[in-house]
Amino acid sequence: MSDKTMSADEAVARLESGMTLGIGGWGSRRKPMALVRALLRTDVTDLTVVSYGGPDVGLLAAAGRIRRLVTAFTTLDSIPLEPHYRAARERGAFALTEVDEAMFMWGLHAAANRLPFLPVRAGIGSDVMRVNPGLRTVTSPYEDGETLVAMPALRMDAALVHMNRADRAGNGQYLGPDPYFDDLFCEAADTAYVSCEQLVDHLGTTALGKETAPQTLLLDRSAVTGVVEAPNGAHFTSCAPDYTRDEPFQKLYAATPYEQFAERFLAGDEEAYRSAVRTWHEERG
Amino acid sequence: MSPAPAVTRAEYCVIACAEAWRDDGEVLASPMGTIPSIGARLARRTFSPDLLMTDGEALLVGPDGTPEGWLPYRRHLTAVTGGRRHVMMGASQIDRFGNQNISCVGDWERPRRQLLGVRGAPVNTLNNPTSYWIPKHSRRVFVERVDMVCGVGYDRAAAAGPSATRFHRIPRVVTDLAVLDFATPDRSMRLASLHPGVTVEEVREATGFGLSVPAEVPYTREPTALELELIRTVIDPGGAREREVAEPVPRAGEGGR
Repeated sequence: MSDKTMSADEAVARLESGMTLGIGGWGSRRKPMALVRALLRTDVTDLTVVSYGGPDVGLLAAAGRIRRLVTAFTTLDSIPLEPHYRAARERGAFALTEVDEAMFMWGLHAAANRLPFLPVRAGIGSDVMRVNPGLRTVTSPYEDGETLVAMPALRMDAALVHMNRADRAGNGQYLGPDPYFDDLFCEAADTAYVSCEQLVDHLGTTALGKETAPQTLLLDRSAVTGVVEAPNGAHFTSCAPDYTRDEPFQKLYAATPYEQFAERFLAGDEEAYRSAVRTWHEERG
Repeated sequence: MSPAPAVTRAEYCVIACAEAWRDDGEVLASPMGTIPSIGARLARRTFSPDLLMTDGEALLVGPDGTPEGWLPYRRHLTAVTGGRRHVMMGASQIDRFGNQNISCVGDWERPRRQLLGVRGAPVNTLNNPTSYWIPKHSRRVFVERVDMVCGVGYDRAAAAGPSATRFHRIPRVVTDLAVLDFATPDRSMRLASLHPGVTVEEVREATGFGLSVPAEVPYTREPTALELELIRTVIDPGGAREREVAEPVPRAGEGGR
């Protein structure tokens, strides 16, 4: 099996401006933040971002990298409204495809299954139809004759996700209570880059035991292009059971103008980021 | 036995929210907000013992917090579309047919205030009973027209056809002043009960559209002694409910209750 390990910088070097980029996790939960920070160090821009949005969207929006966002929400969870996303929306910084959470999931399923669309009841009657004039409905060919939304496939050029464990071949394991939709993101994308808390040689033999069931092996290597070892790589979002959300730091992020935040925390590489976060926590006492 | 302290407004709100899940049977109760959460837990501990609830993440938990099942987001969405769920959502805006907005205020293209986004409101309203909780009943929330229809109301569902109306139901809207429902011929909002101490006039003043008001408006029911005990000592001993809905100050000339 090929060794797919690479650095975060090598992973994002494969991304290009104008791409459609999926980002896994959910809100402020297990976001591939180290990969997003690496992306912010490149000049890749003009992205169509597909995400159950959290600070990944906030950072990319604040940095002006998003041309279009496809989402159902953008939130920091413990802080309901993502301030940088809000500010970007209110100044009309990018185009928005706003769909419902379930429509979004069916869009991922359609893409992962190479279908042009999947029917979903959500959306009709709501203004999701008004703000997405390209959305079409489909009528059941069976007796019920129901009319449903034909949610188009959310096919992506690349996906970024973060796992608790991964092996060099690209198998990925989550150990928290929720897989979110990271497997679908990888399967719905032409390429997928997986960062992980811990890189192991072979997941099947080293990570399975009495405590972990095979169902935790969420990603299989056929849908994974690159593996990046990134301890604390979801920071400041949660990555159960390895760590919880860094709430004080998230508060700082939410309360600080982006330029100021970027200057202090995003000017250097990931090691510099970690060091700056440590220093900030120490100063806080 | 010394008499218990008087029932607070927040406690009437808890009772009114709990009642939303009466007779729901074995479905997932999804309360959003402090008082709906207390209400759902109260309903499960009393008259709706078969309700399922989550820990707010991916586990189904019993009344004492012991896990009994797994409900990650992908399966939560199946509970929604499968209909075995009754959600109580918030609303930044709601209109007389129950259309709800949590997405943004102003023009969607370039909103004056970006809020949460539509989230799961479209799928919720078309698939499982959806009630609402509004901790501050005001004309800012109860508007003639919402800026973005996220949760679908009765008029919009009817216009969208049978696939939209098939499972559409808004059992109730609970506020800090009253309980409202849509039990009218045209499915417009109706005043169903007043919390004790609130007047019809007060509700009308705080509502930005013409509300249907029956000749006789009942008061929200009193909690039982057991319910008060559960709320005050078991479910919410810290009094989080009182921070979500403050006790109104009696108006001059009124003795209070």
